[in-house]
Amino acid sequence: MSALPDRVVAGGAVRSLGRAVVFLFVAITRMRCTGFHVGETMRQVYYIGVRSLVIIMTGGLFVGLVLTLQTYDTLNRFGAGDAVSTVLALALFKELGPVLTAILFAGRAGTAIAAEIGLMKATEQLDALDLMAIDPMERIVQPRLLAAIIAVPLLTLIFNLMAILGGVLFGIVLMGIDSNVFWGNMQNSVGLYEDFASGILKSAFFGLIAGWMAVYYGWHCRPTGEGVALATTQTVIATAIAVLLLDFVLSALMM
Amino acid sequence: MTAECANRTDQPAIRLEGIRMVRSGTLVLDDFNLDIPAGKVTAIMGPSGSGKTTVLKLITGQLQPDQGRVLVGNVDIGQLSKPELNRVRRHIGVLLQNGALLTDLTCFDNVALPLREHTRLPEPLIRKLVLLKLQAVGLRGVAEFYPAQLSGGMARRVATARALALDPDLMLYDEPFAGLDPISLAAGGRMISQINRVVGITSLVITHDVAEVSKFADYACIIASGKVVACGVPDQLRQQDNAVVRQFLQGLPDGPVPFHYPAPALDEDFLGAERAR
Repeated sequence: MSALPDRVVAGGAVRSLGRAVVFLFVAITRMRCTGFHVGETMRQVYYIGVRSLVIIMTGGLFVGLVLTLQTYDTLNRFGAGDAVSTVLALALFKELGPVLTAILFAGRAGTAIAAEIGLMKATEQLDALDLMAIDPMERIVQPRLLAAIIAVPLLTLIFNLMAILGGVLFGIVLMGIDSNVFWGNMQNSVGLYEDFASGILKSAFFGLIAGWMAVYYGWHCRPTGEGVALATTQTVIATAIAVLLLDFVLSALMM
Repeated sequence: MTAECANRTDQPAIRLEGIRMVRSGTLVLDDFNLDIPAGKVTAIMGPSGSGKTTVLKLITGQLQPDQGRVLVGNVDIGQLSKPELNRVRRHIGVLLQNGALLTDLTCFDNVALPLREHTRLPEPLIRKLVLLKLQAVGLRGVAEFYPAQLSGGMARRVATARALALDPDLMLYDEPFAGLDPISLAAGGRMISQINRVVGITSLVITHDVAEVSKFADYACIIASGKVVACGVPDQLRQQDNAVVRQFLQGLPDGPVPFHYPAPALDEDFLGAERAR
């Protein structure tokens, strides 16, 4: 089969992006705040947060371990091994924590949301809601989108915590760095707002991206097994690309 | 011509006038006219792909006709805004083919869903109403079950209870008997006619089940090739001298409705490749 011309592919991508933006706009404009919506959003935060805990904690621990290992080795060549905690904390809080958490979240919870909504479409559950005069956008999409915006910063905190724990394990326990030096350097060089809080704010944007891509691809998938499978794949790919692009933009803005 | 199931002087519950509908490049309905009488059970039958489900989707406002109009009561469904359509939909109960229960809610919560969404009734009253609806379909005992724990037939009955939750004026059933065993099938037919009689509503049933129709439906229509080909009391349909009606009711393989989808000639398909070598 011949490949599609580039302009067709590009046209499709632009159309898809346009549809996704309109979808997000509609989802936001139809948001309602009732007891049910708050309760359902919290239930979704619990579901997608707990679903992602194992991968986030494991990922965080090993990222912390390997980052400390590599950084310590490099810094030691210049006799600056003690500064490892500074590099670890800044790299984690500003970049690695938010970005990796969002990508791991997309792989674990984003795919689950896309598949769930896709299957609801395939089994006519979305049609059934619509026919009962219940807006599926408000009932299904809104809580999941908001839950992702809330859950990703919380998971980023846990990821950062585990990664620092990994750094402590490697740096203090294995390499024997003095714990006062390790924690002291970190405290002196990491700013609460410009480094730590900016990373958490960034992760809220990444949560929006991850949730948006999941609900969008789930909502627009073809109502077949193949369609649902494709939606989950597209969710991960789109989230990863969008998070990496947005990360650069946000980092530049927050400098 | 408007196919009439009842005396024209009666105010129909639903009227489809001059509908033309093209989906994915295929003409599904063409100059389609149908009146559904109020207070009766009307069955719509027809071969697969004849446009039965499209008719249902036109009535619920899920699809818009390319031409013509759909009147539910006196309201032209195609002219309504989304909030207006939702107000009309609260008076229409729809049973979709597989029930379409929300899988993350129990049967109780599924039936309670429209009540909680559209009324401000206190929870103890909602509980009583839900149990009454489930009792009406014989499934009060599965209130706390999840849909995955039910058979297909039971799920459809729970979905019927959900569709009845807001006491609709109009019930639409999309192939409620597909895949049911003979006992469930007969019970399902009885249930539809009982609900219609007791509650005093209008019911429209889309079905293939020729044998069952005469037991529960007051009127039946057969549609084929995008038009209504016959309409009347079920037993009278058998007397009709229409080739499509005869083929459908008697299940004949040969007739105006072809068994084979259009394809190239046999010798061209089977021998053409060999000749080309």
